[in-house]
Amino acid sequence: MRPGGNIGLRRAARLGLLALLAAGMVACSSRPKPLGPVAPTPPPPPAPYQTSPAPGPGAVEEGQSAPVPGSVRDFVVNVGDRVYFDFDRFNLRDDARPILDAQAAWLTRYPTVRVRIEGNCDERGTREYNFALGARRAATVKAYLASRGVAASRIDTVSFGKEHPIDMGSGDEADQHNRNAHTALTEGAS
Amino acid sequence: MRLPGFLIVLGAALALAAPALADIVVNVDQGASQPLPIAIPAFGGAPVGARISAVISADLQRSELFRPLDPGTFQEQITNANLQPSFDKWKAISAQALLTGQVVADADGRLRVDFRLWDVYAGDQLLGLQFTSTPENWRRVAHKVADAVYEKLTGAPGYFDTRIAFVAESGSKAHPVRRLEIMDQDGANPSYLTDGSALAFTPRFSANSQEVTYMSLRPTGSNVYLLNIETGRQETLGHFPGMVFAPRFSPDGSRVAFSAEKDGNSDIYVMDLASRSNRRLTADPAIDTSPSFSPDGRQIVFNSDRGGSPQLYVMSADGGDVHRISFGAGRYTTPVWSPDGKWIAFTKQEGSVFHIGVMKPDGSGEKLLTASYLDEGPAWAPNSRVIIYSHQAPGAGAHLYMVDVSGREPQPAPYPLNASDPAWSALLP
Repeated sequence: MRPGGNIGLRRAARLGLLALLAAGMVACSSRPKPLGPVAPTPPPPPAPYQTSPAPGPGAVEEGQSAPVPGSVRDFVVNVGDRVYFDFDRFNLRDDARPILDAQAAWLTRYPTVRVRIEGNCDERGTREYNFALGARRAATVKAYLASRGVAASRIDTVSFGKEHPIDMGSGDEADQHNRNAHTALTEGAS
Repeated sequence: MRLPGFLIVLGAALALAAPALADIVVNVDQGASQPLPIAIPAFGGAPVGARISAVISADLQRSELFRPLDPGTFQEQITNANLQPSFDKWKAISAQALLTGQVVADADGRLRVDFRLWDVYAGDQLLGLQFTSTPENWRRVAHKVADAVYEKLTGAPGYFDTRIAFVAESGSKAHPVRRLEIMDQDGANPSYLTDGSALAFTPRFSANSQEVTYMSLRPTGSNVYLLNIETGRQETLGHFPGMVFAPRFSPDGSRVAFSAEKDGNSDIYVMDLASRSNRRLTADPAIDTSPSFSPDGRQIVFNSDRGGSPQLYVMSADGGDVHRISFGAGRYTTPVWSPDGKWIAFTKQEGSVFHIGVMKPDGSGEKLLTASYLDEGPAWAPNSRVIIYSHQAPGAGAHLYMVDVSGREPQPAPYPLNASDPAWSALLP
């Protein structure tokens, strides 16, 4: 698809054509009945998204049995290493809090572990703004973990903006997956 | 590649006729006007003559303001810049302008290009010029001729003897590689500026186009660098506790404005490069980023969501007198002040559609130039007439596009691979 100022015009022309076709079909069958108002499409429920853990010690291997307690895999499988955000928002959603509570409890149990919170954005924004937005998401998660007793000195943050998508598709579902904060274990996990 | 020592001779020796006022004028402000038919026969002086005229023709064609005619239709072969053309033969193919030229090697081995621009219907010479250069710089000579033709016929300065820096995107989405690359405005002479060991974004030229400042991203954080294009040497702007990004030079090159983040809050700072001292310009809990100086260096346009959604604001260069300038529906980001000071280009997101647009610095006169799934990151050609930006279709990689601000159809920039974050140099010396 080429970009162009007249895309709207082309689209309008195409829609007009469809409307004509539809009118023709209706004329052949029966009198048209007015339709009721269109209900808005409900937003998709927050979908848990299975992601691979950051490469490093304890990365998932195929066919492995129960994760070793205190390992990266234990954290990813049994706690959850990612929480999701709404479009252009950085406040924690209700589905994020239990995951972050579990992260805080796990980090309290393994006090030598250090983490890096990586803020991520979908591609429906511009690059520089998304670096700022991802930084907000990472900082929100850091503040929450700190409020749950994890020493702030154990938590680094970074924003990847829209540069490290975990879902390579495009569309609403991919965008939702890519709006997240990932808790990467950087030190101290087996 | 610097200072090849061009000589521009307003040709007294070349003047067969006194330069006439242009009767034919390309109206650059009317998007609907037809491109001007121009005949560009191969310049004399094989083989480089024909190469030079081909580069000129391609430059003018890409501007969309000119329509170079098919050489197969020409009724006169003219390879001598000092001969008067048979205007009737050029009228017969509806050429309005005619460019004739020849290339000779002068005594010390330098290349000399003589050319004349003719108004076919008036039978007048509009321009008669001579450029001299080292032979390896023949492409730059061609761009300078194209610039002279563009300026004579449109009244606006040319922009062809320039370079474009950008982010070359390779690798996969999961393992992206982002390298800075630089090329001539027409895609020739591409070369990488960074090695790809870190992700590199948002290159921005210094005033003399000898340096770029850019953002580098690693898993552990970001950095802003000043990179000398010729020597490849680079230095960091300094170390910051959080993310640092969105750098841009002041017009005089003495300062760099950028965003730095602390505890999630991004604010705009400006560093004086001589003293290395920072000054914080915004202190709002909102996102403040993408600063861009006015050409006089006295104001900065930037992006902030302090009003609840990302919008454009202007402040004085010391951070005072902040006022919002974008009020249309939608989300505005990536503002860039035009080199002539008259316009601010931006990215606008409205629903699911992205636009590149321009508005005046007071926020009036908004004009959208593109519409697509994802357009972003406009940069101005030095003549403030053409904008380059990145365009992305759903599920596809980004590509560079160019659009004339009078509102013509966007054209793919002459770089076939995935790329983003274009920056346009000043006219080369």
